Amino acid sequence: MKEYWQEISALTMRWVKRLSREKFSMLFTLVQPMLFWLIFFGNLFQRAADMQVTQAPDYISFLTAGVVVMTVLNNGLAGGVDLLFDKENGFLERLMTTPIHRSSVILSRFIFVMTITSLQVLVILGVAFLFGVQPATGLLGIATILMIGMLFGVGLTAISMAMAFSVKSHGDFFSVLGFLSLPAIFLSSALVPLAGMPAWMGFLARFNPMTWAIDAVRPLILTGWTEALPHVGMVVVVMVIFDALCLYGSAKVFRRAMG
Amino acid sequence: MDRAIAIQVSHLTKTYDKHTAVSDLSFEVYGGEIFGLLGPNGAGKSTTLRTIITLLTPTSGTVSVLGHDTVREADLVRRLIGYVPQERAIDRFLTGREHLELLGALYHLSKAEAAKRIAELLKLVELEEAADRAAKTYSGGMKRKLDIACGLLPDPKILFLDEPTLGLDVQSRLRIWEYVRMLKARGMTIVMTTNYLDEADQLCDRLAIIDGGKIKTLGSPTELKIGLGGDIVSLTLKDPSKIATLVAALTKQPAMRAVKATQTGLDIRVESPEKALPAILESANRLDCQLEFIEYHRPRLDDVFIAHTGRSIKDDVPMEKEAV
Repeated sequence: MKEYWQEISALTMRWVKRLSREKFSMLFTLVQPMLFWLIFFGNLFQRAADMQVTQAPDYISFLTAGVVVMTVLNNGLAGGVDLLFDKENGFLERLMTTPIHRSSVILSRFIFVMTITSLQVLVILGVAFLFGVQPATGLLGIATILMIGMLFGVGLTAISMAMAFSVKSHGDFFSVLGFLSLPAIFLSSALVPLAGMPAWMGFLARFNPMTWAIDAVRPLILTGWTEALPHVGMVVVVMVIFDALCLYGSAKVFRRAMG
Repeated sequence: MDRAIAIQVSHLTKTYDKHTAVSDLSFEVYGGEIFGLLGPNGAGKSTTLRTIITLLTPTSGTVSVLGHDTVREADLVRRLIGYVPQERAIDRFLTGREHLELLGALYHLSKAEAAKRIAELLKLVELEEAADRAAKTYSGGMKRKLDIACGLLPDPKILFLDEPTLGLDVQSRLRIWEYVRMLKARGMTIVMTTNYLDEADQLCDRLAIIDGGKIKTLGSPTELKIGLGGDIVSLTLKDPSKIATLVAALTKQPAMRAVKATQTGLDIRVESPEKALPAILESANRLDCQLEFIEYHRPRLDDVFIAHTGRSIKDDVPMEKEAV
């Protein structure tokens, strides 16, 4: 057990070190796009969006929940990228010849991605706060938002890592990523509530786990516990099923890839 | 031989989908020797190596390392070996020291133990000064040295090197050879793949020539050369139309072991040059075959390779990326 922890913490610290040496790219590729969505999209649609439809005091406070979950989505789907590079340059092979538990590599990645995502979510909520968005459920609500983010993120990261181990080249990986991410955002309640969508899009969005996450995060920010609790209960169930499916599928891939 | 067996490969076969990478391979590596797997790219040497170090599982057959099965006791085997991969498996954002510290934790060394070994290794591979710089600033030779330090960190009983000098400049290459010899002198068993004949010749105590997933021959470089049967006299004739006549005349003579026509002349295997050379010259004179060029040489590993695989190793090797 002590050995297991030594492996996991050393591998996790490696990801942290890498990130800290890539401050510039971190700033521009991870944080900024999400803030752009929030700041520009949120303010841009302030008058174009119908408050009757969004059921929110302003568009930016409506959008905050969407941007929070989009952050989880993007981080999760990109969570396997570093493993992909490790696989391509042989570093993974080097790790695999050491007497470690095979799961340590995977676990270190989960821990790292979840931590970074949570920090980013806090940044998003902080910036939203500057634009006057005050979470209705307070600190406990924020903790709940982080929990929902992690529940969703685990499944996504698992998919991403499984993809990293299966694809032939990183070009394939990034095309699949691009192909998944935008439709997942548009076919969810991130930008427009289900009720405001064309019927076919609303129908499809219902099967998107992102929608469930957003529908739970949004009342936590906008209205309060009474409105939010049923959604939170529901999203926990949905995410447990989602994670179970993702983990089951990816575990097979991991076992094949790492022996 | 009464030497301890370090690695036992028996009837190893590895197939990917329908492609057979290695087929029914059997050999032993003895403790304390430098064992080479020599062959062109795609011959199956990397597959063999990666199976021994537990990265691949055999399709059939078994491999045991110091008595431990590489599939059932993979974890135990991993504790006994060090590996220097073919690619520069380096995280460009980490420093040299951080690479070694990471591996120290993965081999479950205590901080103090790891620090001590890391200091020793950095000194050994002469990376002390660069140890705290990010690896992306390293030259190809420095990266290779770091790779070797990484392979040595667990203080392995057996070290595996996959194409240790591929793409290195001459100086770095000689340096790496020096390390390998020094490690052997310390009692380490070393297994390496290479597609450089001179490297195999210089370094390996024994080597297996692998081609098309099979072992073509196995032995010490000297044994393999002797096994070819004598030294070689190569003649180039002024008039190629006389080659056949000369071949016929020489084939019958007792001093010649084997006579073979080539494009421009003859290759003659001889037992001793003292007897053979005068006889060859006498026959050539008598048959009025004018000689353009005559060459006499001991068999080289190239000749061994060609004799066992029917082609030159260079045929399949792409252009080397030589550092300028």
